[in-house]
Amino acid sequence: MKRTTVFASLVAASLLLTACGGSDSAESADDASSPQASTGEPVVVYSGRSEELVAPLFADFTAETGIPVEVRYGDTAELAAQIIEEGDASPADLYFGQDAGALGALDAAGQCAPLPASVAETVPAAYRSADGNWTGITGRARVIAYDSSQVSADEVPTSVFELTDPKWAGQVAIAPTNGSFQAFVTGMRVAAGDEATREWLQGLIDNDVQLYEKNGLIRDGVDAGEVQLGLINHYYWYRKAAEVGEDQLNVRVAFTEPGDPGTLVNIAGACVVAPSDNTEGAEELLTWLLSDETQTWFVENTFEYPLTPGVAGPKGAPAIEEVQGPDIPLAELEDLPGTLQMLQDVGLT
Amino acid sequence: MVTSIPLLYLLVRTLDAGGESIVAALWRERTLDTTVTSLTLVIGVIIGCLVLAVPTAWLLARTSIPGRSLFLVTAALPLAVPSYVMAYAWIAEFPAMSGLWAAIWVMSLATFPYVAIPLTAALRNQDAGQEEAARSLGLGPLATARRVTIPMAWPAAAAGLLLAALYTLSEFGTVAIFRVDAFTRVIYTAYRASFDRTSAAVLSLLLVALALLLVILEARVRGRSGRWRLGSGVRRAVPRQQLSGRAKALGLLWLISLTVVSLGVPAWSLTMRLLETRRFGFDFTELLGALAGSITASAIGAAIAIALALPIAILAARYTSRVVRGIEGAAFLGHALPGVVVGLSLVFLTLAVLPAAYQTLITLAFAYAVLFLPKAIGASRSSIAAVPPALESTARSLGRGPVRAWMTVTGRLAWPGIAAGALLVLLTAMKELPATLMLRPTGFNTLATELWSRTDVEAFGDAAPYALAMILLASVPAWLMGRWLAGTPGTDGQTGTEHDEPVHVQQVTYVGGAR
Repeated sequence: MKRTTVFASLVAASLLLTACGGSDSAESADDASSPQASTGEPVVVYSGRSEELVAPLFADFTAETGIPVEVRYGDTAELAAQIIEEGDASPADLYFGQDAGALGALDAAGQCAPLPASVAETVPAAYRSADGNWTGITGRARVIAYDSSQVSADEVPTSVFELTDPKWAGQVAIAPTNGSFQAFVTGMRVAAGDEATREWLQGLIDNDVQLYEKNGLIRDGVDAGEVQLGLINHYYWYRKAAEVGEDQLNVRVAFTEPGDPGTLVNIAGACVVAPSDNTEGAEELLTWLLSDETQTWFVENTFEYPLTPGVAGPKGAPAIEEVQGPDIPLAELEDLPGTLQMLQDVGLT
Repeated sequence: MVTSIPLLYLLVRTLDAGGESIVAALWRERTLDTTVTSLTLVIGVIIGCLVLAVPTAWLLARTSIPGRSLFLVTAALPLAVPSYVMAYAWIAEFPAMSGLWAAIWVMSLATFPYVAIPLTAALRNQDAGQEEAARSLGLGPLATARRVTIPMAWPAAAAGLLLAALYTLSEFGTVAIFRVDAFTRVIYTAYRASFDRTSAAVLSLLLVALALLLVILEARVRGRSGRWRLGSGVRRAVPRQQLSGRAKALGLLWLISLTVVSLGVPAWSLTMRLLETRRFGFDFTELLGALAGSITASAIGAAIAIALALPIAILAARYTSRVVRGIEGAAFLGHALPGVVVGLSLVFLTLAVLPAAYQTLITLAFAYAVLFLPKAIGASRSSIAAVPPALESTARSLGRGPVRAWMTVTGRLAWPGIAAGALLVLLTAMKELPATLMLRPTGFNTLATELWSRTDVEAFGDAAPYALAMILLASVPAWLMGRWLAGTPGTDGQTGTEHDEPVHVQQVTYVGGAR
């Protein structure tokens, strides 16, 4: 008898809590949405980009168009795996991830619908899929971060191949388990060949390369003088500089010379999910993500490169046309397993 | 049946692929390396757990060390700290940590309570009469320990070690942070890098085989013989050993150091992060919403887990047939699978069977129940086993029906163990992340998902309040478990002297599972 009471109160308590939780989220949704009544079917987004960064963006979309958005946040790769597992029953309308490889896998599994004509050719061909099923939304460049109190701007290597020079022994930081670094290595394999890439990785190890977990930690490590150089994505620095002021930082970033694998431009991108029952809403959202205003929002808030031509890039950064990485289409970055095997073989992961 | 859902899913995925790709996925040099790494990790954590838990349990159960009830609680509290948070805390304070040793160290710290708590209870609940009889029959103190104390306490420790070992096999965050190439990391990589569901499924099945080995090993160790106390008369607690001043100081030093490394380091690291943060003011309503989400989902999950666990636990406690062992074993196997595999299997199952329930609170709670069922079974089984079957038979012979006899006798006597099982499920479900991300209703947040979304953008300072809230919330069940132990026979005599305090059978509380 007693146990029944305990269970009853447990259930009552949880119902109460759900009620509270419900009203909380309803309130915040009200705050976020516009005076316009939310009409129409919601667009379900599976977002591999974090809530902290993009939640305000989706709220803006709802405010402007009246179309409600339901966002499911998760890991870029896990959400792609989930959509593949869901198959035809997937509730997702739009997939938004931060890696070309995950989009490629979704597409290969037949889960990407053809892009709407309105955006099919908006971004340069290098930043979308050849079959017209997914498109990049923003660009992210690889850069060399350096400690300006120890290294002057003209001493910074202009090619990543210089990083194996004994001059930099113990002074270079990389994040070998990080997806951006791995995509960069894949790019290097395509551009310079497996043999040269393997030699370069081995050269780094022989040069006592310092291993970090994440890009942001490398940036902070360089700033603190733990190492003199580090390989990161450009926006980690621009975001920090905007937050605390450039004059508060020792760390600076440099782009490598044109054609060097050091400055690969990868993307965060999206596709309309094939089984979607709200293709119209998904396409409208996709078009909106590539509009000039939204692209500018990305530049000002995430400090990534806009991919819609004519929109100005992050302040102080070279224009994307000048950032000449290796001349390879993103679709060729598909051999991530080969890269992981190589990193494993040389002992970096 | 329910518990084998992930296994069935893996079989479907593997068979889908056909023989050649199975061989291709298995027949790699790397597979052997991974197996060796995972086994080394598990053995390391088992040894680590024993080293940390045995002295602790002995000090708390058998000596007069001061502050016992406080240390009982602090010995349970590491269960409230997610191991990935613990790993982050250590690597933030000591950036050079990495590799197998670092992973063994952190995972031992995170899992030793699984052993320490049941072992303390088992040592505490032994009848002084048994050891006294052994001594009076001429055995020395060491031989008594070997012949009586250890055999009586061992099953509790073994069950705890099994939980710790399976947890180690399934854990992803810590091995990723310390860059150890264990099975989970390779499985995640298979999904992440190549979206290769076949090789992920094949490797998962291999992981299940390893888990099977552990389950069989534990069953062997546990043995078949009944280990309850026979004979009439009240049970008496074993008298506590009076420690000399120096032994007391050493014992206190041990307990305090253990508290510092297992709780102090994470708490210190998180607090420093919290103080560093200036960027965003954090949103209190959001925190409350996530708190409510965590409580709701894990409480329903715990209720389902107990409902599923009781029949299995009753069978396992009373019968030792192969079928029963099979059912029980299957429940444990799922425990070794990484959350992403269990998550995907439930995505597959829900959409196939009950699409309307996809991404609802019930599916999420159900996932928790499947994931953490072994904890509920272990705890209930041991407390049910500790109730002599004769009591229930007597009730039956006096005319009570089977259900009523069970409820009024066994159920009533065993409820602390059953409740401890529910608390343990509650505690672990609050920390679960990968399956939560896949199965939660869209827009539904728990403390774990909020914590994740902040560490994902490296907003460690913003993440700290969520980590602290999670630890505080989870410490309620952890504290309750510690308190119940403190309230078990003879731990602190409220009446009479400690040496001959009467002990009531119904107060037996185990967490792990002694038979």
